[in-house]
Order: sequence, then C-alpha cells, then structure tokens
Amino acid sequence: MNDVITRITMDELPGLAQKMFGEGQRLATLTAVDLGDGTLDLLYHFDKDLVLSHYRLTVPKDAVAPSISGVYFAALLVENEIKDQFGLNFSGLALDFGGHLYLADEVQNAPFCKLSLTKKA
Amino acid sequence: MARTILPFGPQHPVLPEPIHLTLELEDEIVVSAVPALGYVHRGLEKLCEVRDFHQMIQIVERVCGICSKIHAMCYCQSLEEMMGADVPRRAKYLRVVWSELHRIHSHLLWIGLFADAFGFESLFMQCWRIRERIMDINEATTGNRVVVSVNVIGGVRRDLSREHQTWIGEQLKLVEKEVLALKSTIVSDYTVKSRTQGVGVLTKDQAHQLGAVGPVLRASGWAQDARMLGYAAFDELDFEPVVEVDGDCYARLAVRFREVLQSVDLVRQALTRLPEGEISVPVKGKPNGEIITRVEQPRGELMYYIKGDDTKFLDRLRIRTPTFANIPPLLAMLPGVELADVPVVVLSIDPCISCTER
Amino acid sequence: MSLTDWINKGRLKSPWVVHFDCGSCNGCDIEVLACLTPLYDVERFGILNIGNPKHADVLVVTGTVNHRNKTVLKNIYDQMPGPKAVIAVGACGLSGGVFREAYNVVGGVDKVIPVDVYVPGCPAKPESIIDGVVKALDVVKTKLGLA
Repeated sequence: MNDVITRITMDELPGLAQKMFGEGQRLATLTAVDLGDGTLDLLYHFDKDLVLSHYRLTVPKDAVAPSISGVYFAALLVENEIKDQFGLNFSGLALDFGGHLYLADEVQNAPFCKLSLTKKA
Repeated sequence: MARTILPFGPQHPVLPEPIHLTLELEDEIVVSAVPALGYVHRGLEKLCEVRDFHQMIQIVERVCGICSKIHAMCYCQSLEEMMGADVPRRAKYLRVVWSELHRIHSHLLWIGLFADAFGFESLFMQCWRIRERIMDINEATTGNRVVVSVNVIGGVRRDLSREHQTWIGEQLKLVEKEVLALKSTIVSDYTVKSRTQGVGVLTKDQAHQLGAVGPVLRASGWAQDARMLGYAAFDELDFEPVVEVDGDCYARLAVRFREVLQSVDLVRQALTRLPEGEISVPVKGKPNGEIITRVEQPRGELMYYIKGDDTKFLDRLRIRTPTFANIPPLLAMLPGVELADVPVVVLSIDPCISCTER
Repeated sequence: MSLTDWINKGRLKSPWVVHFDCGSCNGCDIEVLACLTPLYDVERFGILNIGNPKHADVLVVTGTVNHRNKTVLKNIYDQMPGPKAVIAVGACGLSGGVFREAYNVVGGVDKVIPVDVYVPGCPAKPESIIDGVVKALDVVKTKLGLA
C-alpha cells in the first residue's frame, strides 16, 4: 500500500465525516471490498491539495452502515452503488435508489459478492 | 404554479450517450433534477475474477473509448508500483505523448459537442475536422484510431521513430494554428457567450464540497490537477494547471480550450526531451496487496483501487471515474436553470456515461 | 412514375439514420459521429443523422445490450416506421465483445431486435460504418420488393 489506512469503527464514522468536512477535505470516493468471510471493507478516501487520506471500516454484510451523504452529498452515488453491488444497506441515504441504481428490476441483487460469481459459456 | 415533471433522455438528440434525468420544472425553470443511471452499466470491474491481470488491460481500455489510453496507463502504473517494476524513462515519455494526444482529441471532441448543444453546428464541424489530425497520428503510430492499446505492464508496446516524431511535430503545428484560428469564435463570440455565461454556476465552495474533479473543479477556481503528482514523466515537464474563476459553463469551456493548447505544448516538450533507451521491461511476479493510483483524464481525476492476493486474478478492482464524481455537482448546477439550457449544462461537465457506470 | 415510386426513390437515395448507444464504451459512438464530420461527411451520400426514431429508416446501434437498456432499444425499434434496417456496430454490438462475460450484459443487439447488417471492429472504422449503411440500403430495397 502506498498510503496509510486508518481503521475506524461504525460509531466514529459520522464524527469523522463532520471533522473532514470541517477541515475542507474533498471526498474522493468510497471503495467496498468483499473480504470473503461475510464482512466488507469500506474504504473512505479523502483528498486535500492532492494528498489522500484513507479510512477503513469493516462491516458485516447484513449490517446497516451510517450514510455520510448527509454531510458529503457526493457520497450518494457511491453508497447507492455499493448497495447495488454488495447488498449493504445504508441508513439515512440522501437519495435512495433501492438497490436499482444500475440494475434493472429483474436482475439479481448484489452481483459483486463472491458467491454470485458465474462463468457464462 | 403547478410543477411539471419532464423526462430528459435516455435517448436524446444532444446526448451521445444514454442518461436519464427526471426534471421537475416550475414554468420553464428547473427546480430539481434526479438522475437515473444504468443504461450503460456492464459490470466490468467484476471481470477481474475471470480475466487475468494482463488481460484486464484490454478490459480497462474499454471502460471508455475516448480516454482508453489513460485508463490503461493508470492500471499499468498501479500494477508496476505494486510489483516493483522500474519503468524505462523512454516509456514514461511515450506515455505522456499518447495521453496528451488523447486529451487534445477529447477536448476538441467536447468543444464540438458542446457547440452543437447550443446549435452552433459549424463550430462542431470545425473542431471535429481538426481532431481528425490527432486521430491520424493515433492510427499511424499505434494502428488504431481510438483504442490505441499501447500500454503493457512494464512500459509501452510501440516506439516512435524519428520520422514519426518529426511528422507529429508538423501535424501539431497545424493543429495549433487551426485551434488558434477558432479562438476568437470560442472565446469571444456573442452566441457562445450569451448561451454559456452565467449558466450553470458552481461556486468555489460548492465545487470542492460536492467533490468535483478536473476541468469542472478548475473552472471554479481550484488549481488542482492530478498531473501535478508527477506520474509518468510529468514531473520533468513544465506546465501550470489551467484555472478559471467564474464557475459557469463559459469558464469550463475556457479551461478546456486552454488545455488543448497546453497539451500541444506538453507533447512537444515530451518529444523534444524524449530519452533514448528501452521501451519496456519484463515484470515478474503476481500482484499482491492494495494500491490506489490517480491520474488526470481529460474529464478529471481518475482513481484506481486494486487489491491483489498473489494469484493471477485480482481480488478487487475499483475504478472511480471523473464523471462519476462530477454528477453530484451537476445536480447542484441544474436548479434555477432554464429548460432550454439543460443540455448545455449537462454537456458542460463533459459527461462520459460509460465511464460513470462501467 | 407513381407517388409510391417517388417515395421509394427518396428512401433509397437519402436514408435517415438514428443512432442509439446501447452500452458502448464510446469508441464506436465517436466513430459514428466522426462519419458526420468533414473528413468522412456522409451527408454527401444523402445520409442524415436525426434524433427522432419516428423519422428514421436505419437504426445504428453501438454497444452491448444490458438488462436496463434492452427495453429502450426495443421501444426505439418499435417506433420506427417500416421498412427499416438495423445495423449493429462494433464487436460489442455483434456479440458482447470483451464484456460478454460481465453479469449485466445480455449480449449482442440481435438478442433483442433483428439485425440486418453487422459492422465488425473494436471500434469499427468510419469507412466500414459508411459501408454498413450502404449495405443496409440493399436490405431496405429488398424489403420494398425492388431488388
């Protein structure tokens, strides 16, 4: 890893978002990674003057993570994307697409989770 | 006054790509806009589990055809850093040449489409005519007009001969001359100004808080350009980020117009200083660990997150494309805009939907 | 010459094209657009690009079909008046291309609507797209019973 990733817990997240927003950090994006043991890594990437800082939050797949879209409106798309692809629910989404931001209604949910890997002929 | 709901897209004459916006209108003024995505979603990040990390270069090039070179460069740079490859300097310079050529053709393409959005068709034709020179360079040097596919992990696949370098220099002179001939039209024409000035304003604070990137961010007064990180050979070349302060559509047009000339200059610098030597090194091993890499695309900052677990298949590939970051700012620009200006504002972020949805 | 003959003559002499991007990477889209611009300039053959499927004779589709845009594609096809021809442009439109294994990809355009002309390439070159449109005119001619 080229940068340090700080671990945070779910309770610290809303406070962290407020703090970063106050410091004038730009939310670069979120990344979700399936760890394969029923948990997901959520990585929060912040940027200020081209310096990135990263925070890692590990959540169980069936948990409800707090949304930071109330503070950073920009988080809205990516949180909906994670909901689409990993089936992780967020509380307090500014605009909720209900797991169908990308996926049509008839498509399976959470295609990015490891169990759903299929290889077409 | 009763509110009207108006669907915009997915198939719309000004949009080259399908995106749907649900516009809520009061008279002719937009009150709110809600996007609906998914018309171009393929799910190609997931393909890293069925294609090995060398084959993925071809996939990431097709995230977006317009800036395919820069996607592949970002991907290769991530893996090179992860596997500790020492990329030859000549390869780094050649990467700059092709990526700046892509920026020129992408910006000219956009200026054309933008002009077409407010009905200035002759400007559209002129920009695309100039752009064909860049496409010719791409085709002559790499074999393909659009998806140039020159990057491999460890360097580039093709070299530029001396004849090619001289010829590119001559072509760029013509491009520069022709672009400068359009300057008075693009920068000071009454039609252009009346349709773009004061339309879709994004203030300096808003741009930063909503996570805007690239020309949208720079048009709102932030001097932030991922090329300042000095990847490839950008640390050895001279350039200043192009900044405008007004934050309206006109400022975004001005930023991109000036970036065309800046890129012409960068290609020239790279060709003059092109060092001799190898163009690629063999890279051994398999990707292991996590990495985040950023480069500057024509549309803004592109970010790759790659996680490898020492197998030939990547564990996770996440691509944060610039348009993905510019959609929340777009939603903030639209309220208060007249319905007739909606296409102009939507195009002003240079939307690349196939990037956004991957 | 009857009125129908006049109309048919116009149809074959000046086909109107509507372009729909299904899920393309933009590579083929910009090549379709490049066909309209001064270097290739298809208008010299009477080919016009228009935004409204109800005015169009030929549908040019680029890119893979996914689960959400297949209904849009079907709608656009249904809105076009007959006789009509469909051109699939690029490797993705033909078969799904490099994305065929992706989870949200249905496959080529012919999984949803009948395709008359296939233009290969990744991306297809403007010359071959123009050639494809000219081939599509033969299809329209056959459908009119004039071939």
